[in-house]
Amino acid sequence: MYNSTVAWISFRALFGRRRALLFVLPALVLIVITLVLKNAHGTQSDWPALVLGRVGVGAVVPLTALLVGTSVLGSEIDDNSVLHLLATPVPRRDVVVSKIAVSAATTTLFAAVPVLIAGIIAQGPHKLAFGCFLGAVLGSIVYSCLFVLISAALRHPVIYALAYVAIWEQLIATLVGGAKYLSIEQWSLGIAHSVSNSGDLDSHLTFTPSIVLSVIAVAVTAWYASERLSAFTVRAN
Amino acid sequence: MSAIEQTAAPVAPAERDSPLIVRFEHVTHWYGNVVAVNDISLELGPGVTGLLGPNGAGKSTILHLLSGFLSPSRGSVTIDGVSPWRHPDVFRTVGLVPERDSVYAFLTAREFVTASAKLHRLPDPKAAAERALDLVEIEQAADRPIQTYSKGMRQRAKVAAALVHDPKVLLLDEPFNGMDPRQRLHMMDLLRGLGGQGRTILFSSHILEEVEKLADTVQVVVAGRLAASGDYRTIRRLMTNRPHVFVLRSTDDRALAGVLIASGAVQGVSLTAGGLEVHASDHGTFTRELAKVTRAAGIGLREVVPSDESLESVFAYLVGS
Repeated sequence: MYNSTVAWISFRALFGRRRALLFVLPALVLIVITLVLKNAHGTQSDWPALVLGRVGVGAVVPLTALLVGTSVLGSEIDDNSVLHLLATPVPRRDVVVSKIAVSAATTTLFAAVPVLIAGIIAQGPHKLAFGCFLGAVLGSIVYSCLFVLISAALRHPVIYALAYVAIWEQLIATLVGGAKYLSIEQWSLGIAHSVSNSGDLDSHLTFTPSIVLSVIAVAVTAWYASERLSAFTVRAN
Repeated sequence: MSAIEQTAAPVAPAERDSPLIVRFEHVTHWYGNVVAVNDISLELGPGVTGLLGPNGAGKSTILHLLSGFLSPSRGSVTIDGVSPWRHPDVFRTVGLVPERDSVYAFLTAREFVTASAKLHRLPDPKAAAERALDLVEIEQAADRPIQTYSKGMRQRAKVAAALVHDPKVLLLDEPFNGMDPRQRLHMMDLLRGLGGQGRTILFSSHILEEVEKLADTVQVVVAGRLAASGDYRTIRRLMTNRPHVFVLRSTDDRALAGVLIASGAVQGVSLTAGGLEVHASDHGTFTRELAKVTRAAGIGLREVVPSDESLESVFAYLVGS
């Protein structure tokens, strides 16, 4: 299912554009905030959980995934270079799986790893850092699936991806009780909370629903993205 | 070994003996409420076919339907009996050169073509890539990123990627765009050679000269409809509602004009600096009558040139009608 040539082209495309410079910005902001608070408060108070949970898992992971996930397929669809990939007998499912793998790996590198580093800066090698890291890795994978699906299915994927993160997760999921079950951020925080046992993380789900819902989301989004890419049509001039 | 001979080398003769048939049956395609292709039926076999039509006539839509990047709203498209829509496996035998200038510009041509060979799961991707690069004569620049290429060189890199798996059917959307005259001639030779080897080559163009020089047959598309299909000289002769125009040179053009008008074989004549221009309603009748009347009148014929049997005339008549 994973095609190394598709992945290689995707990595080259991802890091061959200026947009790649943006990938480091959210992580940089997280590290700077962590360093400033560490100098101001040391390890006292509950700031590490708030920063790692709200800024790290809640903002850096989805923003990085948005930048990466919509670039990895959406940019190729926008400029039609994807035709060179699709004019081959490679199954569309393999294209989607490879694109998701590239997006998840890149998001993990530029978002989940910085969350771990920020956690270690804040409290040393503590359970909170590892819990948030695992939550961020899960978020990197699920967000990547969702954003690759949005890229395969819709024009202007960045707008729809931004609407999901900003409106659904940050607004509706915090105001409407049941919406948390459809929030990748909440699934990530559910994992982080289960591993770290930190009550300061703004988590509303436990381990089992977080994992089950994530697995279902990965399977459904990857399948549907493959379906959409199988029915890819060239837009009229 | 010539470039054309090199393409034949890796392919077993048995495979060459079974050309694929590309078939459109009553195909219609709408973009929203705009009809891009309207009830087109055609069949393509081995050889070079030119898809000719003005901009916006539906040429690219036909190529995208054939390559499975559009599904017909009505009718069926098949390559060797298989619909290309949602069947990427057809690309084992089909190569596509899209019109748009978008390629993986950050790759070198060698990387691009080798990646294409790997995506086709060829047993020796590097050797296949070298062969394809050699074929389009781009080896000298093959290690430069494609973004540094001229438009014509990019086009050649795209053709190399489409040819890397030695396809039986090659679809090219405006392949000569941006090429200089030398590259254009080379590409024409290449495509003619590939067609001569039994491959089915379909290329679109809005430039008559390209189609006239290269294509064995033409498919003329006007406003989404197939206006004519086949050899363009035959098409012209079938246009009986249009007078055929000939330019004659003889020992006495003025006398010849008189006898031709008197014979009733022509609709009109005019004396021009280049000779006697004759408008005849029926090609066969005129050519038979011409010999008789000149012999009877004792006029020597020096030259008979059909002046509107070019593809340009055929196309102008079809578009005009």
